[in-house]
Amino acid sequence: MPTRLDATFAALSDATRRGVLERLGRSDASITELADTFHMTLTGMKKHVGVLEQAGLVTTRKVGRVRTCRLGLRRLEEEAAWIEGQRRLWEARFDALDEVVEDLKRKETVDD
Amino acid sequence: MTSRTTVERTSDRELVTTRSFDGPARIVFEAWTRPELIMRWWAPKSFGMTFLSCETDARTGGSYRFVFGHPASEQPMAFFGRYIEVTPPSRLVWTNDEGEDGAVTTVTFEEDDGKTRVVVHDLYPSKEALDSAMASGSTGAWPEQFEALDDLLTALGASA
Repeated sequence: MPTRLDATFAALSDATRRGVLERLGRSDASITELADTFHMTLTGMKKHVGVLEQAGLVTTRKVGRVRTCRLGLRRLEEEAAWIEGQRRLWEARFDALDEVVEDLKRKETVDD
Repeated sequence: MTSRTTVERTSDRELVTTRSFDGPARIVFEAWTRPELIMRWWAPKSFGMTFLSCETDARTGGSYRFVFGHPASEQPMAFFGRYIEVTPPSRLVWTNDEGEDGAVTTVTFEEDDGKTRVVVHDLYPSKEALDSAMASGSTGAWPEQFEALDDLLTALGASA
């Protein structure tokens, strides 16, 4: 099973898709606008947007007949932040555990 | 000092935490199973946590119960479950039963040249379970961590 990160890297491996992200970084855009900007067919652009959506990098919303795309980085940021929070918790625990291990080692040496 | 603790989401439903310790596996394993030792490190003071009680019956099929206090919470918080496997000094597996969809935690201790590499695997029953743990912060995201999270989000936002 590919990890989400794999999906992200796969999505970013394509120059057009990176361009789309850059474009959406400036403002939201419809699929038609994106297709025009990158001189592509609607179908081709839909595929690219689909890959970006799958990776959680872009979200789309359909209003009437227009599908608007926007950057969807938020979810990835939240995951990264949560993992960093976990790392800090474990790091604090493990620093204290270092001391416990040192104490136990010293005790063994004294007992010998 | 550079950080030696790594945390990685290795799949849709698994989180892996790793760190090395300067001591034999026998000693590190002891520190993970004896209540009076666990109480010295599991609830970091810098996170505002205080241990109220710690009970472990570190045998396969035995149970454990950790109770913490935190200034942000009026009620003490209890974490409990049972040991699925206890194999000194190399492997510990326990359940986290305080909520639905809790992870199964597997800890391995690998000794090499007097040092011990500890790997903590948290395996959730589904992708949704890990996603919701992340969303709720239930796997140990304490108020201080949310502050840290805010800092990080700001930093990420600034660099995006």
